[in-house]
Amino acid sequence: MPAISFEGRSYPVAAEQSALDALLAGGVEAAHSCKAGTCGSCMMRAVEGALPEKAQAGLKASWKAQGYFLPCVCLPDADLSVAKVGSDARWGAAITALERLSSDVLGVRLTCDTVINFRAGQYITLLLGGVLARSYSIASLPGGLDIEIHVRRIAGGKMSGWLHDTAKVSDRVQIQGPSGDCFYLPGNPDQPLLLAGTGTGLAPLYGILLDALREGHKGPISLFHGAVDEGGLYLRDQLRDLAARYTNLEYTPCLLRETDGSMACGSIEQVVLRRLPKLTGWRAFVCGDPVIVNLLRKKIFLAGAASRDIYGDAFVPSALT
Amino acid sequence: MHSEYIFMSATQSLYEQIGGEAAVNAAVDVFYRKVLADDRISRFFDDVDMDRQIAKQKGFLTMAFGGPVAYTGKDMRTGHARLVAMGLNDSHFDAVVELLGRSLAELNVPANLIAQVAAIAESTRADVLNR
Repeated sequence: MPAISFEGRSYPVAAEQSALDALLAGGVEAAHSCKAGTCGSCMMRAVEGALPEKAQAGLKASWKAQGYFLPCVCLPDADLSVAKVGSDARWGAAITALERLSSDVLGVRLTCDTVINFRAGQYITLLLGGVLARSYSIASLPGGLDIEIHVRRIAGGKMSGWLHDTAKVSDRVQIQGPSGDCFYLPGNPDQPLLLAGTGTGLAPLYGILLDALREGHKGPISLFHGAVDEGGLYLRDQLRDLAARYTNLEYTPCLLRETDGSMACGSIEQVVLRRLPKLTGWRAFVCGDPVIVNLLRKKIFLAGAASRDIYGDAFVPSALT
Repeated sequence: MHSEYIFMSATQSLYEQIGGEAAVNAAVDVFYRKVLADDRISRFFDDVDMDRQIAKQKGFLTMAFGGPVAYTGKDMRTGHARLVAMGLNDSHFDAVVELLGRSLAELNVPANLIAQVAAIAESTRADVLNR
């Protein structure tokens, strides 16, 4: 009889019993609703052990890659170790570089004490002094100790204010995570990719872009970065250089306000859909302001992209500033 | 399983005849795209979280296909109470059933099966509209 281990305890699974039922029978208050593999409310993460294929049927590729599965339709045939979705692990890190990317965006390089397993485009939570916690997307590639984030100065923001005004190289912080399902996965290298975002939504998109290029993605890649005015655009030289080096990459900076005509103008979803009115078969990543992200996701879906090919990361501002 | 909406056939179930979970996955985008593009009803489905909406629509389609979903009449009522407060009525329910039928026709589901799906959807009307 296989067993499921969860938070330090072991739960036996009877024949034809689902992982969810085994946990419920053992007294775990596991969230659930439909018990048929459709609503997604019972989703968990497999830490160890092989999942039956059915347990991940219909999930997004980026969820599958992280071991996410639906316990209600998981009939384990071997032992499984499972955890709640998300990660509470904490890691120490030092600030090793601070670089002004634009008038209000600061690039911060964190060097972790140990290699953290993440994917570009996921986010980490930065913890300071045990009380202050803010989430930032990862703009750099995995493989070493470094994690780069982009921090926009928020009026009255405690963490962004500290990073912009006070923090210096070698200051210590803590990191929690990584989390998030908005990242590039190899496979399907000819699929066209749309990357669109506003403000520091460029951070995860930049990481995703670097990842896709490193993986040798061959299909067209179209990156749109929107800002209110020119001061909000950053990494322009780096992106222009990349677009010159990789012929399949197109970089479109766009401004909300009227410009001299040298740059695309209008809200980002208008600019995207003017350029790419038909998105059937595309894989899309959208990041930044939640209102814009949700609008973009919907427009991209209506333009023909499959729902499971649309990855979004909406930046929800902290209620505590 | 406790469900008010289980429809059995002597041989193969409707859910199996339509194509089961694969059919749900194929239909969900076609159906939800029609719903979002339809001015009569889009406001009821315009959730901020698209992944959550897609999951809900999969649940709905699984149920309408006679599949294994354990929604009860009470689930239906509580699940739609907010929409009823927003003005959800028979005309909107009709529009959803119409779009569901058009989606399945587009996917070449035979008319007799579409009629059975519509009948299952129809059987939830009173609960959905909280009457």
